[in-house]
Amino acid sequence: MESAAETTGTNYIALLDVPEEKIEILPGASSDLTSVTFSIKEEDHTLGNALRWAIMQNPQVDFCGYSIPHPSEAKMNVRIQTTERSNAVDAMNKGLDDLKMVCAMTKAKLAQRLEERDYARTD
Amino acid sequence: MALQDRNRVVVLEDRVENISGAEFPLSFDGKEVPFTLASFKDTFDIKIIRVTPTDIEFDLIGVDASIANALRRILIAEIPTMAIEKVYMVNNTGIVQDEVLAHRLGLIPIKADPDEFQWKRADEQPTDQNTLVFRLDITCARNPEAAADETDNSVKYINGSVYSGQLAWIPQGDQETRFAANPIRPVHDDILVTKMRPGQQIVCEMHCEKGVGKDHAKFSPVSTASYRLLPEIQILEDITGEDAEVFAQCFAPGVIEIVTENGVKKARVANARKDTVSREVLRHKRFEGKVRLTRVRDHFIFSVESTGIVAPEKLVSQALDVLMEKCDIAKAALAQATNGGGGSEMDEE
Repeated sequence: MESAAETTGTNYIALLDVPEEKIEILPGASSDLTSVTFSIKEEDHTLGNALRWAIMQNPQVDFCGYSIPHPSEAKMNVRIQTTERSNAVDAMNKGLDDLKMVCAMTKAKLAQRLEERDYARTD
Repeated sequence: MALQDRNRVVVLEDRVENISGAEFPLSFDGKEVPFTLASFKDTFDIKIIRVTPTDIEFDLIGVDASIANALRRILIAEIPTMAIEKVYMVNNTGIVQDEVLAHRLGLIPIKADPDEFQWKRADEQPTDQNTLVFRLDITCARNPEAAADETDNSVKYINGSVYSGQLAWIPQGDQETRFAANPIRPVHDDILVTKMRPGQQIVCEMHCEKGVGKDHAKFSPVSTASYRLLPEIQILEDITGEDAEVFAQCFAPGVIEIVTENGVKKARVANARKDTVSREVLRHKRFEGKVRLTRVRDHFIFSVESTGIVAPEKLVSQALDVLMEKCDIAKAALAQATNGGGGSEMDEE
């Protein structure tokens, strides 16, 4: 888990509180891993909906949906079904990468616009 | 549906249509280009409208609602700040009970850079790296200099009102040198904590810890963080003469302007952004078929109000960092799950 903190160099999430088995593959996944339900602990709609969007942008993904099975359990399930040319684990990896890239681009754009100072500033 | 209408939410008299986007591969007769980061980079933009020490308004253009909503949710619930978490009451003879007073103290925003502090777990001892200490020692008394018939309580009593500015920061360890340039203090000095009368006393020590808004709202770095979609008014048929005046009255001031063309008054959209989308215009029979109200589905007008602990533009940037960190953590966990745990079992099957 600690490598995650090193890559971004930030400390906004209490890494000690991240559950040991954060992602689990639920029973019932197909043997070729094209249809898999991932259970992600301590996550909610914040990551869930954004991740679902990112995964759905992948043309190899036939289906992606997420749900929070019960509001009092801090748990989120993501179901991914892909074509035979790919698999759900790869789709999940790509989704996470894409989402991160979108955030990085947004952050860079924001920094650029702030630098341009083309806005009303009152102090 | 016309191509330009795909990212428009249509506001009708009694309902809203075309709410959900379908910007996914193959969702429009297979004519769509799949999502690529390059195409995203071309269509996406940010426009900053207004920045003040506590507020920021900016437009986020060309992203999906899920990203905008993730940003909003993180701003409210997942950016850490320092807030009073523990209150050790030494003496409280005031009218406000210990637990209510502790709650009120907790809600006071503390001006301390959260990046400078570590997380403190419940079983850990407080150190100068994860805890800030404040002390409140205050006694109310009658003002001997006040006139006998004085009715103004602020003159009649000394310390009749307790304000947040009276919390005294007690530096621990090397904190005094670490924060010499930026002494730790409440953001506002004029928050009324409680009122007292002569003879009453409050003595307590407060410990601030790092936390996030999903634990308790006192840790939330924003007063509000919200977004709305950009409104759009399409005039389909010329609205002239007296109708133009009535038309302009249907919208908020500044939305519609009236121009004179060849001696005829004509309504024109001046600034749709100011529109509240009240739909008043749709109630008038005379404008039926002449106007169409829509919202741009991928144009978010964000408004973030900071509590004053962290600058608002920094908060937005931090929210994106949090989302990236979430991705990193999930990616590491996925690698762990597929290598060591369930993944290998699947391969053997």
